[in-house]
Amino acid sequence: MSNEDRISNWQLIKNGIFKENTIFRLVISLCPSIAVTNSVKNGFLLGVAVLFVQTMVNTTVAIFRKFIHPKIRIPIFMLIISGWVTVVDMVMAAYARAAYKEIGLYIQIIVAFASILARAEMFASKNRVCNAFFDGLGSGLGFLLALVLISFFRELLGRGSLWGFHIVQAKPMLIFILPAGGFLAVGLLMAFFNWIDMRFYGGKGAGGASGH
Amino acid sequence: MEAIKKQHELVVSVSPHLKSEETTSRIMWTVSLSLLPAFISGAYFFGPRAVITTAICIITALLSERAFQKITNREDTISDGSAFLTGLLLGMNLPATVPFYIPIIGTVVAIVITKQLFGGLGYNIFNPALIGRAFVLITWPRAMTTWMKPDAAFMRFDAISAATPLGILKEEGLAKLLALFGDKLNLYTELLVGHRAGSIGETSVIALLLGAAFLVYKRYISLHIPLSFIGTVAVIAWLFGGKEGLFTGDPLIHIMSGGLMLGAFFMATDYVTCPSVKKGQIVFGIGCGLITMLIRLKGGYPEGVMFAILLMNCFTPLIDRNLRSKVFGFMKKEAK
Repeated sequence: MSNEDRISNWQLIKNGIFKENTIFRLVISLCPSIAVTNSVKNGFLLGVAVLFVQTMVNTTVAIFRKFIHPKIRIPIFMLIISGWVTVVDMVMAAYARAAYKEIGLYIQIIVAFASILARAEMFASKNRVCNAFFDGLGSGLGFLLALVLISFFRELLGRGSLWGFHIVQAKPMLIFILPAGGFLAVGLLMAFFNWIDMRFYGGKGAGGASGH
Repeated sequence: MEAIKKQHELVVSVSPHLKSEETTSRIMWTVSLSLLPAFISGAYFFGPRAVITTAICIITALLSERAFQKITNREDTISDGSAFLTGLLLGMNLPATVPFYIPIIGTVVAIVITKQLFGGLGYNIFNPALIGRAFVLITWPRAMTTWMKPDAAFMRFDAISAATPLGILKEEGLAKLLALFGDKLNLYTELLVGHRAGSIGETSVIALLLGAAFLVYKRYISLHIPLSFIGTVAVIAWLFGGKEGLFTGDPLIHIMSGGLMLGAFFMATDYVTCPSVKKGQIVFGIGCGLITMLIRLKGGYPEGVMFAILLMNCFTPLIDRNLRSKVFGFMKKEAK
């Protein structure tokens, strides 16, 4: 029994990272994926913040799922989300001041991320606490991974550096640190993952999540 | 026996049964041919660098199209000439003195991202050559706005940089432009011939008009878009272009400088990305003209033809849907 549970939890994490990746497969929460990904550091920090909020919100919603009246569930989810976002916001403001100056606005905007409300509504409010925890962990990790990947390419091409360290001496491609380049990077990476999915796993791309 | 054989030769097919002689590849090659005068004038004024830059664009366009179709197992469509035309147009839209990686990357963006990733010829939303140019302009603004002073001497590789007439008009005003070119008549003549700084293929108005007249004569393009585009630019330049108030602007300078001629006749009329209904084409042209003049007079860039056409490309489906002609006998459903 416990063995079975562990496998399904592992699958929940994998599901969040690959099959239902927030950005590349579900195509939601694209605003942060373009706004903060012009450097790996910012992308990583926001990804960690979202990972934490996602996991805690999923757990909290799952704990209280029997007490939340279905008719007012959305406002209550929002209250839970904003509570956890406030925790992250205050912790970051206290301990990571330099980074907070840059991405503070986007930390507060996590409240409005579609991905977090979607996981709470679709999964956490219908499942057991343990499963909801691992689902939140998975989809948070997927988001973190996507953000790091996008910002890796954008910072490398747009500034010739990674995590603030200068690497490439060639003339950088300015467009990739501008918002237009963010759209390009997200679109190209999405197309790349769809291509891998279709070519090697027989899937249908982002249109229909594949069954592996 | 003979009769049976005859019967077998009858071909049963779905409509259309009468096919025009015109094919996509023929149109593409003819348009490329009509760009030849402008290309020759560019080569004459900007020397071997102009030829090399354009050649790099064309070769990269053909190679990247072939490579993409090979990787994705698609039909090889290199011979239809659309990649050649895209490469040629992009090359003619670049300054002659750009470093060689710019035409290569611009062309790859144009062919792979703008055309092939959207499904190939006929499915692209934006004009590929213009997206390629917009990409390199935003990416390397410095190199893309360093223009070469036209020099009619052949085989000269060293170049003196100069500002385009629109750049001078924006930064320093009409007086400086007139001082540079002598008097107004001389300015008009130089603009007409193409003896000015600018992209390789955009400078010579006469050569571009020659090619455009050929296309209009062959009925490959209609005049709806170019005339409404240029007309709108002229009217707005006349209304708001002058420093002394309304109705004092000089429309001729605005018409003959920048990329307007090349854009209006060869880029805005791209079959794939412009509206197909005539009324819609006029709306498209007016929109292009408005955005162009908005950027030229109020925007940060001295030239706005490229962004104007790209922005109006977005509206093409909307225009087509709302302005299509009414089908005979079709009645609108009453709203209940």
